[in-house]
Amino acid sequence: MTSKSIPDFECQDTDQVSPDGRSTDAGGGAGKDGLRLGALLGYFAIGTFLGILFMMSEVASWFRIQEMFRFQSFHMYGIIGSAVVVAAISVQLIKRFNLRTLNGEPIRLSPKEWGSSRIPVARYWIGGTLFGLGWALLGACPGPMFALLGGGISIIALAIVSAMAGTWAYAALRSHLPH
Amino acid sequence: MEFLSQSWPWYVAGPLIGLVVPLLLVVGGKVFGISANLRHMCAALPAPEQLKPSFLRYDWKKSGLWNLVFILGVAFGGFLAVAVLGMPDAGASISEATRSDLMALGLTDFSGMVPAEIFSWSALASPAVLLMVVGGGFLVGFGARYAGGCTSGHAISGLADLQLPSLIAVFGFFAGGLLVTFVLLPMILG
Repeated sequence: MTSKSIPDFECQDTDQVSPDGRSTDAGGGAGKDGLRLGALLGYFAIGTFLGILFMMSEVASWFRIQEMFRFQSFHMYGIIGSAVVVAAISVQLIKRFNLRTLNGEPIRLSPKEWGSSRIPVARYWIGGTLFGLGWALLGACPGPMFALLGGGISIIALAIVSAMAGTWAYAALRSHLPH
Repeated sequence: MEFLSQSWPWYVAGPLIGLVVPLLLVVGGKVFGISANLRHMCAALPAPEQLKPSFLRYDWKKSGLWNLVFILGVAFGGFLAVAVLGMPDAGASISEATRSDLMALGLTDFSGMVPAEIFSWSALASPAVLLMVVGGGFLVGFGARYAGGCTSGHAISGLADLQLPSLIAVFGFFAGGLLVTFVLLPMILG
């Protein structure tokens, strides 16, 4: 079976939006307005916390990304590694104790799809490599792009618009690509 | 306060970044993944529906509003950090080896967060810079959606949940990054 013959609905995106456009997150925000506004303020606050970290740890720096890809400092590896360890322990605790959201909804993590292409896990290594090319060329991944924009590096707006164009191009070509 | 303006060490910043994953899960069951916002932003564009690929036709407010508010926070955090603590001098804190490698590529200005020789509107006249900013941005957007996530969605959320596909994606990120660093950059900047 070629990738072209895969109907659109089987070509599952792994994050947040199911093929029919419904949110795949738990607690999709159907709650009442007060709760919803409170949660949105919470997301804003967590984002602010992250934006400060991206800047002050210099994760958002082109210089640091170059240093990482040249294996000349432990800094970026320490940050990504310790972030993964803390996140992994947290996720295990959430699963072990069946923690719920502040709204009382169960917390659900959906596993990444394996894909249906004849080329094994095509989307992860092909998509991943294309992303890596962009990451090193631009010296910023999506999160730091927004932190840099807020920090006043105005030209990054052009990179964000270009990233939207890339997303749109993927959307247009999607049914022809192996996943 | 002086120490806060220095480069924050990895063992402080890394664990705090990792905490974002459980915080988002507990606040609303949300999975940390920033590049999905690029899709939400495309979906939110006021273009005629028939011009949009089906991948971009969905209720972005329902599935993506929380995430768009979240990255608005990230941008605000970037603003706040610079306004209160000043622009970090990342170019000065990188290792000596990186600095001399970058000087060999022709970089001379090591002040600030990003090199002004690349990240300024006037530098765009250079085809190399155009390729880095516009081409790099395009590939980040294309590759992240193709792979189903970026550094946050795969390298942090995915690896934290022990997802093998995410590990494959992260190997891809590095394959691409090394190719640019050791092959492409010397060609276009040299």
